[in-house]
Amino acid sequence: MRNKGTLRQILLITDGCSNQGEDPIAMAALANEQGIAVNVIGVLNENAPEYHRQGLKEVEEIAMAGGGISQVVYTKQLAQTVKMVTQKAMAQTIKGVVNAELQQILGSQSTMEDLPPDKRGEVIEVVDEMGETMNLEILVLIDASGSMEDKMLTVQESLLDLSISLNSRIGDNEFALYVFPGKRTEAEELLNWSSKLESIGKTFSKISLGGITPTGPAIKEAIAAFGRKRSSKRRFLSDDAPGYTNESGM
Amino acid sequence: MMPQDIRTSPVCNLAVGDELRGKWNHSRYRIRRRLGYGATGAVYLADSDRGVVALKIGHDQMSITSEVNVLKRFSKVQGKVLGPSLIDVDDWVTKTATYPFYAMEYLKGETLFDFMKTKSPEWAGILLVQLLTDLHTLHQAGWAFGDLKPDNLLVTGPPYRIRWIDVGGTTVMDRSIKEYTEFYDRGYWGKGTRKAEPSYDLFSAGMVMVNLAYPSRFTKNGDPDKQFQAKIAGSPMLKPYAPILQKAWNGKYRNAEEMRNELVLLLNANDKARSPQTQRNSTQKPASRQAQKKKKSSFIVETFLVFTFVFVVYFFYMLGQTM
Repeated sequence: MRNKGTLRQILLITDGCSNQGEDPIAMAALANEQGIAVNVIGVLNENAPEYHRQGLKEVEEIAMAGGGISQVVYTKQLAQTVKMVTQKAMAQTIKGVVNAELQQILGSQSTMEDLPPDKRGEVIEVVDEMGETMNLEILVLIDASGSMEDKMLTVQESLLDLSISLNSRIGDNEFALYVFPGKRTEAEELLNWSSKLESIGKTFSKISLGGITPTGPAIKEAIAAFGRKRSSKRRFLSDDAPGYTNESGM
Repeated sequence: MMPQDIRTSPVCNLAVGDELRGKWNHSRYRIRRRLGYGATGAVYLADSDRGVVALKIGHDQMSITSEVNVLKRFSKVQGKVLGPSLIDVDDWVTKTATYPFYAMEYLKGETLFDFMKTKSPEWAGILLVQLLTDLHTLHQAGWAFGDLKPDNLLVTGPPYRIRWIDVGGTTVMDRSIKEYTEFYDRGYWGKGTRKAEPSYDLFSAGMVMVNLAYPSRFTKNGDPDKQFQAKIAGSPMLKPYAPILQKAWNGKYRNAEEMRNELVLLLNANDKARSPQTQRNSTQKPASRQAQKKKKSSFIVETFLVFTFVFVVYFFYMLGQTM
């Protein structure tokens, strides 16, 4: 089967601000430069204090720099949000690609919004089609700092739910799962690239929750994980589709 | 920073009497009232040159445009009116942003719950039959409905007919379902994928029925199969439909017609079981006695004819023997 191109995403699930290592916003920008979109979900307790809500501002900034999408939610809405953010981010990336094509055809100022509604429909159909058939590599990056403890079960359920949705697509999916901080390193691999996310149940019980939140270094490690995957793939096949770098600022 | 809330968006807060004008087609719409809102935007009742319309305004180009695509396709499904018909598609430009919208036929009716409040329980079965008829047509046209739930359904009439009003989840067969709601989603209950196929919608259709018996719904708690069985057994309204609901839950129906036909059979059977009771205290007694009398006399005639026939045959047989 011909490779239809691959979308690369980092999905960061966190409940607060980073406090160690590189600036996560800078690291998100670095990921974006390499064609990896960074999406962030900020998880909030219903009775979270005000200063905590303020801390989630970082969530938005990381996603903006990473060319992705951010959403702040209460714990119980997590499952729906994880799926919604992932799919919206995919659509946004594809839309970026399509818009770039449109600009080549119609001139530098054109985007989908400038087309009359009639024409828009056809473009959306192309975007839909691509979203359904493109391959997806998604690295889930989970904040395992102490305050996330009561949310871990929900996070696990949300990811299983995400895999049900993504595996209902025509295109292939590969998932990897990292938590930060790790036992010895800043981010630790729980699940190496795999098309199945069902196996995460076991790995989740192994998570030990730490005190620090090295979000920046964790994103850096995630970029490296994509790099390792790409180079190992290149040994077997070299038709990695070019051009699906993300357009930021959409 | 708080969780984003659709209710605070300008598209959800148009006031009565507000007027908006399309950027491309220049049609004017005057807002009468808000009919509802969902994840992708809000629907208003509005006056226009073409009469009263339902106006859906969203903030996301993608989702509004794909809904328009679906409504356009619906008008091409021959002979059947599947969704509300599409009237206009345009953009609403404000000082700060541009919002896509479309105008569609306004379907006047009651919500499923309001309707069932005033009607007898067998209506639930009949509405489900109607729903399955429409689903079959939709499936044959190559689409699954996706987000099937009471919020997206309306009962119009009389004559009463179930109609769907929000087509946002409608998905091309074999793709992944675009929109869904947990309670009606088989993925949530661990009963299958979110791939658009007939059995996905039939699961949701069954859950719509369950929802009528449990209006406040319920969440996953322990083994879903056991929980489902207990809920069916616990409702006098659902109990008669148990075998059908069970099959829909387990994805055993290949298509909507199969489920519909079984449901029709069941509804007819229920009628028979109930009818003697209703007839006993009616004026039909003398009529049935007359029928019995008629039966008795016809029995005598039949016996006579049979004997004559046997005798004639015997006569010819004897004749043949002697010759």
